[in-house]
Amino acid sequence: MDRISTTIVRLAYINVYGPVKLEIPTMKVGVVVFPGSNCDHDAWYAINENLGGHAEFIWHDSTDLSKVDAVILPGGFSYGDYLRCGAIARFSPIMGAVKKFAADGGLVAGFCNGFQILVEAGLLPGALLRNEHLQFVCREVTLRTETADSPFTSKLTKGGLLRMPVAHGDGRYFADDRTLDELEAEDRIAFRYVDNPNGALRDIAGILSRERNVLGMMPHPERAADPLMGSTDGLAILESMLASVPVFSK
Amino acid sequence: MTITPELIEQHQLTPAEYQKIVSLLGREPSYTELGVFSVMWSEHCSYKSSRIHLKKLPTTGKYVVQGPGENAGIIGIGGGWVVAFKIESHNHPSYIEPFQGAATGVGGILRDIFTMGARPIAVMDSLRFGPPADSPVADRNRRILTGVVSGISHYGNCFGVPTVGGECLFEECYSANPLVNVFALGVCRQDEVFFAKARGIGNPVIYVGAKTGRDGIHGASMASAEFTEESKQKRPNVQVGDPFLEKLLLEACIEAMKTGAIVAIQDMGAAGLTSSSCEMGSRGGVGIDIDLDKVPQRESGMTAYEMLLSESQERMLLVAEKGREQEVFAVFRKWGLDAVTIGVVTEDGLLRIRHHGALMAEIPNAALADEAPKYDRPHNVKPHRRAPLEPPAHIPASKDLNADLLRLVASPDLCSKRWIWQQYDYTVRTNTLAGPGSDAAVVRVKETGTSIAMSLDGNGRYCYLDPREGAKLAVAECCRNLATTGALPVAATNNLNFGNPERPEIMAQLVEAIEGIGEACAFFETPITGGNVSLYNETLGEGIYPTPVLGIIGVMKTALPAPVQFRSEGAIVMLLGGLGQGSSYHEQADRFGSSEYAKVILNQLWGLPPKLDMAYEKRVHECVREILAAGLTESAHDVSDGGLAVTLSESCTSELGARVTIAAGERPEFSLFGEAPSRILLTTREPERINEIALRFDVECPRIGVTIRERLQIGNGSTNWIYMATTDLKRSFEAALPELLQKHAG
Repeated sequence: MDRISTTIVRLAYINVYGPVKLEIPTMKVGVVVFPGSNCDHDAWYAINENLGGHAEFIWHDSTDLSKVDAVILPGGFSYGDYLRCGAIARFSPIMGAVKKFAADGGLVAGFCNGFQILVEAGLLPGALLRNEHLQFVCREVTLRTETADSPFTSKLTKGGLLRMPVAHGDGRYFADDRTLDELEAEDRIAFRYVDNPNGALRDIAGILSRERNVLGMMPHPERAADPLMGSTDGLAILESMLASVPVFSK
Repeated sequence: MTITPELIEQHQLTPAEYQKIVSLLGREPSYTELGVFSVMWSEHCSYKSSRIHLKKLPTTGKYVVQGPGENAGIIGIGGGWVVAFKIESHNHPSYIEPFQGAATGVGGILRDIFTMGARPIAVMDSLRFGPPADSPVADRNRRILTGVVSGISHYGNCFGVPTVGGECLFEECYSANPLVNVFALGVCRQDEVFFAKARGIGNPVIYVGAKTGRDGIHGASMASAEFTEESKQKRPNVQVGDPFLEKLLLEACIEAMKTGAIVAIQDMGAAGLTSSSCEMGSRGGVGIDIDLDKVPQRESGMTAYEMLLSESQERMLLVAEKGREQEVFAVFRKWGLDAVTIGVVTEDGLLRIRHHGALMAEIPNAALADEAPKYDRPHNVKPHRRAPLEPPAHIPASKDLNADLLRLVASPDLCSKRWIWQQYDYTVRTNTLAGPGSDAAVVRVKETGTSIAMSLDGNGRYCYLDPREGAKLAVAECCRNLATTGALPVAATNNLNFGNPERPEIMAQLVEAIEGIGEACAFFETPITGGNVSLYNETLGEGIYPTPVLGIIGVMKTALPAPVQFRSEGAIVMLLGGLGQGSSYHEQADRFGSSEYAKVILNQLWGLPPKLDMAYEKRVHECVREILAAGLTESAHDVSDGGLAVTLSESCTSELGARVTIAAGERPEFSLFGEAPSRILLTTREPERINEIALRFDVECPRIGVTIRERLQIGNGSTNWIYMATTDLKRSFEAALPELLQKHAG
């Protein structure tokens, strides 16, 4: 009974989007679990069940990323987010390993709280401030892909629109003008909001590191990975990531 | 300390109750013992006014695995999986301190769920406030509303449970007694359910989670009294919540349960350490010895009295297998939580509390948990109501039905609650198939291929006019909501919010409502598996409307439910259940006084709630499930508050409207805005097939119109009563609440 229903869900997916093509099915994604992560299961499920890939959890006090080919910092409230979102998480043991992993060219994606952590850890520039209207906001937004030239967006079309949820209280991207100009000049803005939900400067929803192997974005691609959730637009981001790994792997 | 009559009164115990304590103990209680009895025998913990009536509720059924009496009810959903669910109120604390009151309300019910081994996958809230405008205390009402919403948002979002639905209504009577009822639901394997039943003499009693402080002392007693001028000074009685800690506690408990070393577990909610220990002991027929010196404390110099009555949040008490403590400790250490052995299970059935080497309390567990007083309070009077039974001699005719509709969709009760639910994370865990704004929320269970539909409903105005019929209407409405998503209702939980039960006319409301719920839940085969009673919702002698809130869950195969909104132009609009009007003017007028139209446009309340024919209602549910299963509909939406015109408005999008033609008597208002139950609005391309099914169930299903672009048009064929652009309708609907709240802000 259990197995049959899972099959139905998968078939539904295949019907709508064609058979899942994964060039490197053995590629392994590490999903970091901070004590207050709460989108870790969703990222795991999207990769394993919706994409047929291979994700595994990595506890935050581990320092070993040698067994994974890419890292996801999931959403949630890593350590309660009491001081500032992600401010404590940056000191966790795993983050030292994540920094080294990124420095070696490994792919690191942070969604929502994961983006906040990447910014706090200095892997991405700028800051994520309290939403302009001062309230938590959960809704579907429309994103515009600003560059297809990255391992996270290679299967997307520049200028193409994506629908996926945001769910955050502190998602207003902020940086000084020079940094913003630099991000634009270096084609490092991955996504912009068409309908800015939080007052982010220049409608920025997601950015890339200078080497383009670190992505941070406030929206949740892992929540837009199943036809039953109303959108599968997030899949292309995860798929791009999985397909791009060999290019960067050590 | 000597026990004086004043001290007994301060503890809200009657002289007779005190005598009962003396006879149960065979001696005078100590001060600490008096405190312990006062919370355990409070209305909030003991249900002393309602227990004899709650027995009238149906509690068994083929899906029920665990009925009332545990931390939550449990229902089998097939494939070896179960769901645990329950509703609980946090009304009194939410008035005194809205943010923390509501936040800890969410925290408390979540613990009730995961203490049973179930991981919470959905939360819903039923909220009542005073009017946000046009009230002498509108400012305060808005402040309470925004505080409660941010409290729920703060706690639920951080914990990582989606808040998938609920309801929010406004009446003056809730100004000083807002209602915050939180429903939570979790899933687990049937063979991994945990119970709060201590056993195994010599087994260690382990305290886990947050440290104990002085917060929330006597919270349970506070929730068992009317508010007075001094109530604001009770702010320190409200607990402070930490959702991050709760999230750690959840993960640690679930992981610890998997070790197999845990025998029993219960959260420390109302009455904290006291209730968790004596209830676990009483259920298992054993005693528990506790040494308070070992309790992790966050303040110094706490007395035994304070520690026993503290309602500090995010704490659990568990009984482990002797010799396997270290396995449990290791898990909690991993999650950075305190876990300490503070006591031991004994065979003598006594709750024994030691502090600094001295014996502070020694009470039979059963005396606290099971021997609490039980009252058959006088109720042989008519339930309290002041509204006239007769309609006004002349019900003013509408001057402008278009304007009336716009006012209705922008009224606090009927307008879009997006401003509220957008602050809740309703998509986390990627299970939400239908979220806020749907008739019922639908959450899939990834492990089974089934989904759970759930709905909360209560209508204080209906119940004020007739508590028995109002309660039945709430059950019917919940079941209809579930049916409209294609689900089969299987079980219910309820939250009974009433005034002071010591007033016979209030007690009569409670008894009538319970009996109504019992009757309807038996009829719709949705046994009550647990719930909560919140009495004394009165301030300075002014009570709330009797407000039973039903939470009913249903099971369905995982599939996207039909949306509430129209999907395409040119679809046939049908009204399953029919127009549902009475035949004569008087019949309609009698029932119109309970409608939102009467409230918002006429500013009056009279007569009786809508007439419910339960047998017909049930046939409508069966019929719509079959229609949905056959895939015949493009959209489906239950007709409820505001009647047909408001339901049609909700189904409009900015691009799609409808042209509807209905016959009407002398008053089009009755047809447009009457709130007759048993009706569901459908759009379809296959009206004949729907007719066939409806005929088979002996249910009316007239074709009433067709979907068109950008306009809502309702008339009788010759006159258009409603004729307006859907963009105007949507703007009024969506903008109303933010404008109400922001216009007045600051």
